[in-house]
Amino acid sequence: MPTKTPAGPAAGTPLMEQGPSVMRRAHHRAPEARRPRPPRRLVPRLLTGSVLLVFLVFFVLPVVWLVLAATKTDQQLVHGNPLSFGSWHAFKVNWDRLTAFQDDAVLQWLGNSTVYATISLVITLCVAIPAGYALAMTEFRGRHTLLVSTLVVMLMPTATLVVPLFLEMNAVHLIGTMWSIILPYAFYPFGVYLTYIYFTTAVPKDLLAAARMDGCSEFGVFRHIALPLATPVIALVGFFSFVANWTNYFLPYVMLPESSQMPIQVGVGSLLSNVPSFNPAVGTTAIERPQLALATLLAITPVLIVFLFAQRFLVSGMLAGATKE
Amino acid sequence: MTVVNSSVGSAGRRPRGTDRQSRAGIAFVAAYVLLLIAFGILPTGYAIYFAFTNAGGTFTGFSNFISTAQDFRFMDAVGHVALYLLFWLVSLVVFVVSLALLLHRLASGTVSKSLRFLFYIPGALAGAASVLVWLFMLDPTVSPVSSLLGTLGFHTFGEVIAPGNLPLLFTVIAFWTGAGGWIVVIYGALNNIPQDVMEAARIDGASAWQTAWRVQIPMLRKWIVYMVILAFAGGAQLFVEPQLLSLASTGVAGRDYSLNQLTYDFAFQLNNVNGAAAVSVELLVVSVAAAAVFVARSGFFDAD
Repeated sequence: MPTKTPAGPAAGTPLMEQGPSVMRRAHHRAPEARRPRPPRRLVPRLLTGSVLLVFLVFFVLPVVWLVLAATKTDQQLVHGNPLSFGSWHAFKVNWDRLTAFQDDAVLQWLGNSTVYATISLVITLCVAIPAGYALAMTEFRGRHTLLVSTLVVMLMPTATLVVPLFLEMNAVHLIGTMWSIILPYAFYPFGVYLTYIYFTTAVPKDLLAAARMDGCSEFGVFRHIALPLATPVIALVGFFSFVANWTNYFLPYVMLPESSQMPIQVGVGSLLSNVPSFNPAVGTTAIERPQLALATLLAITPVLIVFLFAQRFLVSGMLAGATKE
Repeated sequence: MTVVNSSVGSAGRRPRGTDRQSRAGIAFVAAYVLLLIAFGILPTGYAIYFAFTNAGGTFTGFSNFISTAQDFRFMDAVGHVALYLLFWLVSLVVFVVSLALLLHRLASGTVSKSLRFLFYIPGALAGAASVLVWLFMLDPTVSPVSSLLGTLGFHTFGEVIAPGNLPLLFTVIAFWTGAGGWIVVIYGALNNIPQDVMEAARIDGASAWQTAWRVQIPMLRKWIVYMVILAFAGGAQLFVEPQLLSLASTGVAGRDYSLNQLTYDFAFQLNNVNGAAAVSVELLVVSVAAAAVFVARSGFFDAD
């Protein structure tokens, strides 16, 4: 992992203005502040502990509940202890009923999501890594303009472009094909920006210059020097791109209205309108809450797995690919 | 990716190496530039074009903006999104910064690391999944915290999702999925505060509170602004939450709760693509203006 962030040097300025005065003022109190520390620290510690505990419950409880809900019957869900395990039998029943919905529709949605997210991921990496590299490590006409446009587009809310994207895709007759979402997904300015930051902060330009001296071609420099050094940022861009593609709702909702083409996110949303307890209008033959919970669980499992595997990158690398543990 | 405009390098007389580099640089960014044009610039241009024309393609000035603004749902949607953004941004700044500071002070690195990861897990449930989970959490008949909901005076699902509560509920959902990632970011920024600065504050006897307020938070300012801008851009496009809620509640939230739902409605229900484009352009202008102020003022991006 690189050790500097773009904020590092510049963020120091406010401190230089404020720091010394704080310290001068605090200096007088230093001697007596030493002594009474141990007794006074107990309360803040308890306070810290309980705040963190409350937030831990807030973040984790719904996930635990969701996992357990998939093992229960609708009866158990309403009357049983919310944090109890149902039974494997109920889980099996839920699974069977869920997959029976529109003949394995759920599995098809999962397959669709996998195809869409994976193809976009591959294109994103092939496009974003060289682009970020070139922005950081080479000079060319229009480099600055490209950098600024990348930043602007990165900060633009993508969902506002969904309607114009639909019109554009409609004009080239791609609506209803998977390319109508894969291509927009593949455009990932945030990935370019991350790569750019990574190369500017972590890879010295001299290293590349030396390789050029030795007669390495420009592509050779990228392939043999830069790419091997870029593994952390490739993982990071890949992770963010995959998660963003997998969890997107609005774009596929608009582009791929056919059930057979829906990704799991949209599919699970459409399941919701078939749950009688939320939507009394539908008959009792439809989906029950535990099956909806199971579908939600299925929808998040791939991302959860990626999370667990990428944990090391995430915790140390999320800061624009630039933090130190 | 190897097909490049070769005339670019010959503009000025530069050393051969630079020339070669320039051509290579363009080759490396070529595919990205294509995507940028196709899915960034072109749809933006398309939106602007549609916003200022009518169905026949004639220029109509601001009439699409005026007619959409006069739609009886427009001001409501603006109000909903504005209130939601206010709650969401304030809670994000206050809680994320506080939690990151608390985690940073923990003596045990392992505990801190595990907590950061656990806080981050709901990020995997972004999108439709988070809404579904919270529909369950907010339904007193199945919720694990139904007693808490009862204490707050909510006994039925309908009471919980009363229209007045929605901005707060969407804030909770967004915070649940999004905060963990930002805690990791702010925590990382805290780690990048030079050791000697923290050491100096400690030696001078600054309390934890003073250190946080006078040393750490000022140094985090940029990252906090960065977070606010990205969260603003994300929050302004509120769509999936009210959309799914309207499915689950037979219309409490309505299908026209947020601005993006309104654009969808204009485009695909009312066949008024030009009106939809006008609302999109408004959202774009607001968020790009916010982003531009940020880029210009914060100096965050002058990496050059």
